[in-house]
Amino acid sequence: MSASLQDPSLTVPAPPKGEPRGSIGIARNLGLVIALVVLCIVGVVTAGDRFASTDNVLTILRLATVTGIVAVGMTFVITGGGIDLSVGAIVALSSVWATTTGTQAMADNIGWVAMVFSAILVGAACGAINGLLVAYGRIVPFIATLAMLASARGLAEVIADRKTQIIRNQGFTDFFAAEPLGIPVIVIIFALVTVAGWFLLNRTTFGRRTFAVGGNPEAARLAGIKVQRHTVYLYTLLGTTCGIAAVMLMSRTTTGSSTHGTLLELDVIAAVVIGGTLLSGGRGTIIGTLFGVLIFMTLTNVFTLNNLSTSTQNVAKGVIIVIAVLLQQRIANRKT
Amino acid sequence: MSHPSAPLLEMRGIVKKFPGVRALDGVDLVVRAGEVHCLLGQNGAGKSTLIKVLAGAHGVDEGTILWEGEPVSFANPQAALATGIATIYQELDLVDGLSVADNIYLGHESARGGITRDATMNRKARELLARLGHSEIRPTREVGSLSAAGKQIVSMARALSRDARIIVMDEPSAVLDPDEVDGLFRVVDDLRASGTAVIYISHRLDEIRRIGDRLTVLKDGATVAGDLSAKDTPTAELITLMTGRTVSSVYPRRTIPLPATAPVLSVDGLARVGEFSDISFDLRPGEIIGLAGLVGAGRSEIVETIYGARRASAGSVTVDGRALRNGSVDTAVRAGLGLCPEERKSQGLILDDAVYRNVSLASISRFSRFGVSTDDAEKQAAHEAARSVDIRPDAPERIIRTLSGGNQQKAVLARWLLRSCKVLLLDEPTRGVDVGARAEIYALIRQLADSGVALLVVSSDIDEVLGLSDRILVIADGAVVHDGPSEAIDAGGVLDRIIASHEHTASPTEQKGEVA
Repeated sequence: MSASLQDPSLTVPAPPKGEPRGSIGIARNLGLVIALVVLCIVGVVTAGDRFASTDNVLTILRLATVTGIVAVGMTFVITGGGIDLSVGAIVALSSVWATTTGTQAMADNIGWVAMVFSAILVGAACGAINGLLVAYGRIVPFIATLAMLASARGLAEVIADRKTQIIRNQGFTDFFAAEPLGIPVIVIIFALVTVAGWFLLNRTTFGRRTFAVGGNPEAARLAGIKVQRHTVYLYTLLGTTCGIAAVMLMSRTTTGSSTHGTLLELDVIAAVVIGGTLLSGGRGTIIGTLFGVLIFMTLTNVFTLNNLSTSTQNVAKGVIIVIAVLLQQRIANRKT
Repeated sequence: MSHPSAPLLEMRGIVKKFPGVRALDGVDLVVRAGEVHCLLGQNGAGKSTLIKVLAGAHGVDEGTILWEGEPVSFANPQAALATGIATIYQELDLVDGLSVADNIYLGHESARGGITRDATMNRKARELLARLGHSEIRPTREVGSLSAAGKQIVSMARALSRDARIIVMDEPSAVLDPDEVDGLFRVVDDLRASGTAVIYISHRLDEIRRIGDRLTVLKDGATVAGDLSAKDTPTAELITLMTGRTVSSVYPRRTIPLPATAPVLSVDGLARVGEFSDISFDLRPGEIIGLAGLVGAGRSEIVETIYGARRASAGSVTVDGRALRNGSVDTAVRAGLGLCPEERKSQGLILDDAVYRNVSLASISRFSRFGVSTDDAEKQAAHEAARSVDIRPDAPERIIRTLSGGNQQKAVLARWLLRSCKVLLLDEPTRGVDVGARAEIYALIRQLADSGVALLVVSSDIDEVLGLSDRILVIADGAVVHDGPSEAIDAGGVLDRIIASHEHTASPTEQKGEVA
C-alpha cells in the first residue's frame, strides 16, 4: 500500500507554486480545443473569408456575451453542487424591470447607470431567493429554481404587459455601442467577468470553499465552513451575472422583454458541462466553460453563414454535447 | 503514566436522542492534557455519536461539558475547532477535487483579503506531511488521486494544522499498513509529549495496549467503565465490559448431523483467466464450506463468479442438477442463490432506504401484483424477517445507514431468509462488525445451516472460517491448495499451506489482529 504513495518527486521538493487544480491544464481541455479548432476549420472551408474575418469573430464574441456571462455564474453554482434552471427567466425579468417607463425616467434624471443597477439588483435578488430556498428551505435546487423560472418569467410578463419595451435612453445605448480600440464594450465586459470569475474560483478562499461545498458538503461543514450561507452566496452570484447578462442583451437589442433569455438555461448548462464542470459538483473550470460557450457560438455562426436552419443547429448542438463529454471522459480516464 | 493535572475535558451524563433512540444515554468521559485516552466499545455503542458531539456536529440533549473546568457547549463545528478539538474521522471527510494543501487548510485557509496564499499553504502542508513521515505526498496533488492510506495521512495533517489541544482519532489505523501504524504512533507520542491529549478509538486491543494511557468503555450509549489502565486491564475484563457477557464459545458447533443428501450446488472446473482456475467442489444442503486465503487470493472473485456477477471463462455451476447460465445473476437468484457481498455498503445495501425495504429488496416481486407493490404485506414480511435475525433497534422504517455494521449485516442476511434461498454465499460476513454482534451472526449462520441452507463462507479471519465451516478450501493465487474437513486443520496449518504454495507471500501477521 505504501508503495503506491512512493513518489519520485519527493527528492525535488519544489512543486510548481499554486498550480490551480488542473483547471487550466491543457490535457483536461484538449477535447475542447480540438472541437473548437475543428469547428474553425469547417468554418473556413465552408464560408471562407466570411468566417475568418475580424468582424465575424467580433460577431461571435458579441453573441457569446449573454450565455458566457451567465455560464461563469453557473459554473460556481454547479461546482458548489447545485443547479439553476431559472437563469433565462431572471434575465427576462431583469431586462423588463430595468426598462420600465419608471426606471427609464429615473435613468433620465440620475443617469443611465440606474438601469444597469436595477437590472443587476433584480438579478441578485432573484438569485438570493433561489439560494435561500435551497439552503434554508431545503428544497431541491432543481425544484426551487423551476419555481423561480415560472414566477420570474410570469412577473416579467405582468410588468411588461407582454409588450417589448424600447430603450430610449441615449446615454445607455451610446455607452454599450462603443467600440474602444475596435472591441465592443460588451465583449470587454464579458472578458472582465470571465477573468474575475476565474480569479474568484481559483485564487480565493471563496472559490476553495465552493469546491468543498460541492465535493463533500459534510466535510465542508465539519471543517467549519458555513455551508448554507455559502450556498446562498453562490446563487446570488449567479443571479448577479444574470443581471449583467440582461444589460448585455438590452444593449444588443435596445429592448427589454419578457421573452428575452428563453431556453437560455439549456445553452448555459450545456456549455458549463461540456466545459468539464461536473454536474455532481466538486469540480469546475471557468476556462472550460469559456471554451464550451465559444464552441456553441462558433457552431451557431458557422451554421448561419451556411444558411442552415435553427432546427439543424439544435440537432448539431445535441451531437456536440455528447461528443465533447465522451472525449473528456476518454482523456480523463487515460490520465488516471 | 499518571497525570495529576486537572482534566482538560470533562463530559458528564451526556444524552443524545435521535428519533426513536437514545444514541447516547449517560456518557462520562474525562480527558487530561498529555494523555492518550482510548475509547472502547462495540459498534453501535455510541462511539461515533460521541465523536460527532465532541466535534460540534451534533448538539447534546442533556449533560454538561467542561473545558478546563468551565462549562462550554459545542453548538457547531466552528465552536469545537475554536475551543481546540480537532477530529480525524473514520469516513475520510476530504474533498476529492481539492489539492492536499487545500484540504488541510479547508475552513482556515491562509489568505489575505480573501485571496489565498497558496505558496504559504503548500509550504506549511509540506512541513506537516514531513512531520508525519510522508514527505512524498505533494501538497499540490489532488486528494482524489491518493490511496485510502494517503487520504488518512491528509486527514491527520489537517487535524495537526489546527494546533488543537485534543485530537480525536477514530480508528486511524484501519487503512494503514504496519509501517504506517508505527509512523502514526510516533506522531501520537510526539503529541503526548507536547501536552496534547489524544482520544484514540480502535477495535484493536494490541494497539490500545501499545499506545494508550487510560481507557473508557462504552456500551449501549453509556459509560460502563472509565479511568481504567490501558496497559494492565485484563482482556477478558474488557470484553466482558464491552459485551456485557463472558465470551466463551463464539463459534456454535454443529448439533445435528449433516444429512447425506445430494449436493445442492456443484462447482466444476470453474476458472477466470488471470484470477483463478480449476475450482471444483460440491455443497450439500445444511453444509458450510469455508474459503480461506489471503486478501487477493481470488476468494471474492470465485464467489462472485458462482453468483454470475462475473463471467466464468471455463467450468460450470450447477444448482439442483441444473446448470446455471454463465454470467447471469438473474438465473442464479432464481435458482435459489443469495450473496452477502464483501463491500456491504456499496454492493449490499441501499443506504438511504428503510430497513424493511432493504430486507425485501430481493423479494419485491412476491409482494407486488401486476408490478404494483403492496407495501403493507411487504413491510410485514420484511419486519418478521428482520425480527428473526434480531436487528436492533426493532424499527423497520429506520434508514439503514443509521444502523451499526452488525445490524446492517443482519439485514442482508434477513433479505435472503425472506427469499428463502437454498444456497447463501457470504463474503466477509463479519467485516466491520464488533465482537458481540459477531457471535450473533455466527449463531445465525449456524441456524441457517441447521434449517437446510447450504452456505459458502469467505473470510480473511482464518479462525472464523475454521470455527464456522464443516469443510474448508484453502485458496492461494487463485487455486485450491487444500480441501478437507475443518476439524482436521488449524490456523497454523492453513497458513503453512498458503505459504508453501508461493514463496513471496504477504506477511501472515496481517491475518490476526482484531479483538477476539
